[in-house]
Amino acid sequence: MTQLLRAFGETAILTWDTLRFAVRRPLELGAILEQMFRLGVRSLPLVGLTAVFTGAVMGLQVSYTLSAYGARLYVGSFVSVAVVKELGPVLTAVMIAARVGAGITAELGSMAVTEQIDALRALGASPVKKLVVPRMVALIVMLPLLTVLADMLGVLGGLYVATAEIGQAPEYYWAKVREVLTIGDLVSGTGKTFFFAYFIGIIACVNGLGVRGGATGVGRATTNTVVAAAIAIFISNFFLAKLFLFLQTTFGGGLW
Amino acid sequence: MNSGRGADMPVICRDASGQPALICIAGVEKAFGGKPVLRGIDLDVFPGETLVILGGSGSGKSVTLRHIVGLLKPDRGMVRVGGVAVQDMSEDELIPIRRQVGFLFQGGALFDSMNVFDNIAFPLREAGWEERQVTERVPEVLQLVDLEPQVADQMPDALSGGMRKRVALARAIAVRPQAILYDEPTTGLDPVTSTTINELIRSMQRRLGVTSVVVTHDIDSAFKVGDRIAFLCGGRIAFLGTVAEARSSTDPRLRAFLEGRPHEEFEPG
Repeated sequence: MTQLLRAFGETAILTWDTLRFAVRRPLELGAILEQMFRLGVRSLPLVGLTAVFTGAVMGLQVSYTLSAYGARLYVGSFVSVAVVKELGPVLTAVMIAARVGAGITAELGSMAVTEQIDALRALGASPVKKLVVPRMVALIVMLPLLTVLADMLGVLGGLYVATAEIGQAPEYYWAKVREVLTIGDLVSGTGKTFFFAYFIGIIACVNGLGVRGGATGVGRATTNTVVAAAIAIFISNFFLAKLFLFLQTTFGGGLW
Repeated sequence: MNSGRGADMPVICRDASGQPALICIAGVEKAFGGKPVLRGIDLDVFPGETLVILGGSGSGKSVTLRHIVGLLKPDRGMVRVGGVAVQDMSEDELIPIRRQVGFLFQGGALFDSMNVFDNIAFPLREAGWEERQVTERVPEVLQLVDLEPQVADQMPDALSGGMRKRVALARAIAVRPQAILYDEPTTGLDPVTSTTINELIRSMQRRLGVTSVVVTHDIDSAFKVGDRIAFLCGGRIAFLGTVAEARSSTDPRLRAFLEGRPHEEFEPG
């Protein structure tokens, strides 16, 4: 219990420091761009692969398992809504937590045990400004972009199944996609990923900077990051879905 | 930001001739997880001297050193650098102090994502030096630590232990600090490299006139580089005096340590 409270305390303090340093000049643009490339662009193959096959398997399940309910005609509708609202954002976030979150914790953790974090401080620099801010900014910018891409690839995966496996015309699939999918779905699905990016980044950085006890400590912290980030994503996803549904029903106009 | 905090307070630590201490540690206590490591340390370091903090593993030497630049905060007591109390300063407030006091970490702590040039340039760029000045200064400090300018392009993992220490020293002296703190400078090095590092510490003091604090358990190194020796035992200063006084000291704990015999007070807590 004390540990949990301490973790929340450390997360809150690091969040505040990150906000403080994020707006302080000089902006570390070079470092931010480098992290956007390392965390975002380098994750493209992993995210793309996950999305295509998830969309395709959704298409399969809808076509065959739900065919008794006449769902076969609505593959495009099912796949696009499921991918854009839930599967795209959540699976992308989980894959990024595994690849990027673990990487951040391992990197910062190794720096901590080799005294590089202390060296930064001793040389008059802030580890938050130099290490945490670029990674947080890169994640918050790149995860939504990766998600939009994953959404598109997921829907394309569904298209492949609809056309190649069950012989639908592509135009029909697209018509079904356009029939149900709204901008609101995209906004609510992608909107969640800003929060997921924050959770992944802050958990990874808190765990990394706090590593004690050499290589074992780095390993333990890295595992903790992936587990904690995944839990944070799944739990927050439920409440964020509720929030966006509430917004959609309350302010639902033509756009939503 | 209040970098001048404590500047108007009287400097209470002076040597016999009335010269104020550059670094003044008074009554510092520190515990980790309820286990006391420092139990009241009083130590003054005067400008231009090399003070060696000698002691066994776990005696709190490195912990003492870290208090000087605010990497650790004391539970009790006071630390002053240049007459300024640093123990309650925030990280922002500590920046000017840290530019005055270089820190050489045990393993060098070079940033392994940067080459040697960028490592040495790091504190300069942080201090707002122009790129032209940085390009001039880096080969200059490499020369001061007896390294060829070509080393600048290498990555830290391509360097030997001794070279890493030299690069780390070059990085520590780049912004021309008044004092350098050395954390176990010869640990993990072969005897020949240790000797060259000892000579380097001496030459830094001679050529740059910097004040040095060297933490070590290497007795040979302590006698070679030190003007004065503070022997840390059980979280307290057990002996403080010149190298000659240390050699002839009859303090049973210091004698036991110098002769490599165990002593009941060596284990802290």
